[in-house]
Formats: sequence, C-alpha cells, structure tokens
Amino acid sequence: MAAEVWTARARAAARDRRRRLEHLQAYLFIAPALLLIGVFHVLPGLAALAISLTRWGVIYERFAGLENYAAILDPSGARFGEFVNALGVTAWYVLMTVPVEMAIALLLAFVLYQGTVGRGAYRVVYVMPYITSVVAAATIFEWIFDANFGILNEALGVVGIGAQAWLREPRGIFQMLGAAAGLGVPDALAGPGLSLVAVSIFTVWHFVGFQTIVFLAGLTSISRELYEAARIDGANERQILRRITIPLLSPAIFFVAIIASVGAMRSFNQIYVLTNGGPLDTTRTVPLLIFHTFFERTAVNGIGLGSAMSFIFVLIIVAFTVVQFRVLGRRVFYG
Amino acid sequence: MARAGSLGKHGFLLVGALVAAFPFYWMLTTSFKDFAEAAKSPPVLWPSAWHFENWVEAWTYPHTYWARAFLNTIFVATTTTLGVLATSVLAGYAFARMSFRGRGVLFAFLLLTLFIPGEATLIPQFVLMSRRYLGWYDTYTAQIVPFLATIFSIFLMRQFFLGVPQELIDSARLDGAGHLRILWYVALPLVRPALVTIALIEGLASWNAFLWPLIITSDPLIRPIQVQLVQFNTEGGSRYHLVMAGAAFVVLPILAVYFVAQRYFIEGIARTGIRG
Repeated sequence: MAAEVWTARARAAARDRRRRLEHLQAYLFIAPALLLIGVFHVLPGLAALAISLTRWGVIYERFAGLENYAAILDPSGARFGEFVNALGVTAWYVLMTVPVEMAIALLLAFVLYQGTVGRGAYRVVYVMPYITSVVAAATIFEWIFDANFGILNEALGVVGIGAQAWLREPRGIFQMLGAAAGLGVPDALAGPGLSLVAVSIFTVWHFVGFQTIVFLAGLTSISRELYEAARIDGANERQILRRITIPLLSPAIFFVAIIASVGAMRSFNQIYVLTNGGPLDTTRTVPLLIFHTFFERTAVNGIGLGSAMSFIFVLIIVAFTVVQFRVLGRRVFYG
Repeated sequence: MARAGSLGKHGFLLVGALVAAFPFYWMLTTSFKDFAEAAKSPPVLWPSAWHFENWVEAWTYPHTYWARAFLNTIFVATTTTLGVLATSVLAGYAFARMSFRGRGVLFAFLLLTLFIPGEATLIPQFVLMSRRYLGWYDTYTAQIVPFLATIFSIFLMRQFFLGVPQELIDSARLDGAGHLRILWYVALPLVRPALVTIALIEGLASWNAFLWPLIITSDPLIRPIQVQLVQFNTEGGSRYHLVMAGAAFVVLPILAVYFVAQRYFIEGIARTGIRG
C-alpha cells in the first residue's frame, strides 16, 4: 500500500520534472531566433523613433524634439523642398512601373495558361531577370541605355527616332513630347524626367517574370470544372472571363498590387546603380534621399534627419497600403 | 482564324522571351568584343573575334578583388543560410510541436514584428553596429549575424512541422525518443521541401545583398561581389566590354544554379510570393 503511494508520487514527480524539462528545452529551441530578431529587428524599430528626435551626425549631439520633423514638413523648412520632390518622383515611379508590370504579366500569364508548346521553357526565360541581382542587371542596362554607344539608341535610330540621353536626361517627358510636336509645355506640366522613364523600363523588365509566375499559379488553381460547367450552360468566353476568371484571380491581383507598389516605393538598388538619384534629382526617390541625407552625417545631422524622413515615409507607405486595402480589397473575391 | 490567334499568341510569347533574354546575350557578347567593336555603330551583334582575354583583364583589373569578393560572398551566404536553417528549424519545431508556457504570446509577438518596416530600422541598425555599441563596422559579423533568423523562415518551418502526422511523433515518444531525436530523425526528413525553399531564398538574398554591406563596410577585402561590381563599374568607366565581363562574373553562377534548380525556384515564387 505505502509502496504504491510512493510509486504514484514518484511517477507524478517524474512527470512534472519531464514537463519542466520540456518547457526548458522549448525555450532553448526558440531562444536563438527570438534573441536575434529582438536585438536586430525590434530594438532598432523602437530606437528609430527615439533617434529621429535627436541631433545626431558623426556623433550624438543632443535631444532635438521635433526639430527634424519641422525641417522636413514645414514649407519653410530646410529639407521641405527636396522631400516633396522625392515624394513626387516616388509617386511617378510607382505609376510608371506597377500598372505596366501587372498588365504585361497578366497578358503573359493568360497566354501561357491557355497552353502552348514550350510553356515550361518560356517560364524559365521570363524568370531569368528576376533571379539576377538588381545590381548586375542594372549594370547591363546602363550599357544598353548609354547615350553615345547604347544599343537602344541604335535600335530607335532604325525607326527614325533620334538618340536620347536616357539616364542622363532630366527633361520631363511631356515637355519633350510637346517640343517634338511643336508645342510649348509649361514647366509645371513637364512630367517625370526621361531618366525616371528609363529607370522604370528597367524595373518593369526586372519584375514582370515574378508577377507572371504568381498570376499563372493563380490561374492554374482555378478548377477546370467551373469552366466546363459554364460552357455547358452556354456562357461565352467574355462572360467566363468576367464571371469566373477575374473574380477567382482577384486575390492574386490584389496581392501583387500591394507587394509591387510597396516594393517600388522602397526601391533603392536599381536607382543607386543607374542614376544615383540624378540628373538634377529627377530620379531621387525617398529611399535615395534618405540614403543621401544619412551619408551627409559627416557634415551635419544626417542620422537624426534621415531617421525622421524614414519615419514619415513609413507612415506614408502604411497610409497608401491602407487605402489600397480599402479601395481594392473590397473587390477581392475570397471564394 | 484559330491559326491567326495562335500565331499572335506565339509572337507575343516569343517577343516577351526575347526582351527578357536579350540583355544577357548582349552582356555576354559585349564582354568578348574589343573596345572598338563594343562601341561600334551600327552595333555588332556577333563578335568578329572572340577576345577571351577580356575576362582575364577584368578579373585582374587594378584595385579589384574579384577572387576575394567571391570568397566573401560565398562565406557570408553559406553561413547565413545554414544559420537561418538552424534557428528556424528549432523555433518552428518548438512552436508547432512542443508545449510551453507563453507559446501563444511569443508567437503573436513574432507576428507583430513583421510590421516593423526595413526603412525604419536601417539607420538604427547602422548605429547599433558602430563603435559606440557593438563595434561591428567593417566585419563579417555585421554581414552575417543580423540575418541569422528571419520571421518568414520560422513561419514556414512551423507550417510544415504542423503537417507532420501526430502518430509518427507519438510512436517515437513511446519508443523513448526525446524531442531533439524526433526532430532530427522523424520530422526533418518529412519537411525537406521547406528546407530547400528556405535555403534558396536565403542563399539568393545573401548572394544579391548590396545596400547593407555597402554602408557597413569600407574595407575592399571583406566586401561582397555586388559591391565589388559597382566599384568596378565606376573604375572601368566607359570600358563597357570589361564592365560586362564583370557583370557576367556575378550573373552566371546564379543563373547556373537557377537552371539546375529552376523547378524549386519557380515553385518557391509561386507558393510564397517572395520578392527579392
């Protein structure tokens, strides 16, 4: 009897010990990941706001309250002009890349989906640009866009279009088109620089393959029975597209729209390699401006100001994404 | 009618493929031309003579450290990838298969950190590396350690471990196996696709890393290939045949891996929507 109680107790104690050991082991399993993410991700995230409230160049100088924010957001502030310019450039960059990428990728995905000879080979080729590092690919495009010896100018020359300076051309495209048609377009309506158009062409080239694959995966996941049922009911191709394909593809379209716009707003590498923000700041998007501000830290308050710009930019990206969710998200069909 | 439509389809796909592939062709052929032919108008589509010595000249160009840069990138990419696999396998398994106090809270905390954007953390991370705090400026450590754990990989591993049948784990427990043994011998062989996906994503990200090594290093002996290429592009200036050889150094290895493992790459993109 006593022995039985004793063994039952011993068993319970052993079970407790095992459970405690398992807890301990679990904590050991997650500790490396949590520690690394905490130190290199969460801590800097929290510090960002604090740093943006200081004067900090080569070394920490002092607490500065909202001075940095005033310099950026106050129309009479020292950094207001360049920040607004950067926002404008970023907006044009998103507009000239995301819709174009998505339109081309959707078309490619539709045609690929309908099935052709060599579909697998096409897929492999389309993804090549996306796999290549942005830095290396942009280096190739610098050569293609070269004003004097680039093959793009040579190719356009064949169809009678004069040589352009591309990456070195700050003039707005509306103004250039206007001039070609003999119209004077005022500076206010000059539009994005040809330099930014060139950077956008590169961006579209680099990312179309990625989107094509995502759309193709979306199309492939739509059940063939739905199409067959619709055909039996006498639906024509247009109705099938409007009533079945587009609604069922809408989650993929929505996902790509969000990812691509946020990605375009955050782009750094391709712009750094192709133009480094020039000429005359016509390709200086907000990330480039933050980078330049940050690297001026040897002279002035680069770390403080750069952090404040980052913080404002993050809020803008979040706001933009929320609007996208509101406007587009409502039209997404989730089965 | 149907024939015309299918011709149009093929034409469209073919033009797309040509546009996607042409820059690579142009990079390669330019890299084998001599200076005069590279700049010739009208452009020469097929080199009249193949100057293989261009590659040697680009590789040994003054002030470049190609061999060293490759070693640096391979070292950083390998250690980072192995590290990410280790941290995410352990954490993913614990979150999926072990019971411990605070599991839900800690997982929610991880989810929340997904919303901390990269542009807000870049400058504080730089400050953290400075001599005032960690003193990691100009080290391999700074290029590796901050990237040893990613939230995405932990989620992916957890997801896959949740798919391992409970009976398998129970029977291993009955045989007296501990969690480490179960993880290694039972669960890990069943989640290989996740391991491959993570390795490809992390390997590619390390291979392509540019902005962080650019700001966190200045010593050419520890800088990776992407930074080296930009440096070389500046040095080489208008000697485009050499610059294209340099671009080929960086592009060809990754394309070779891609052609061999293209199924995994494309599946990974389709499944997770990763963006480089």
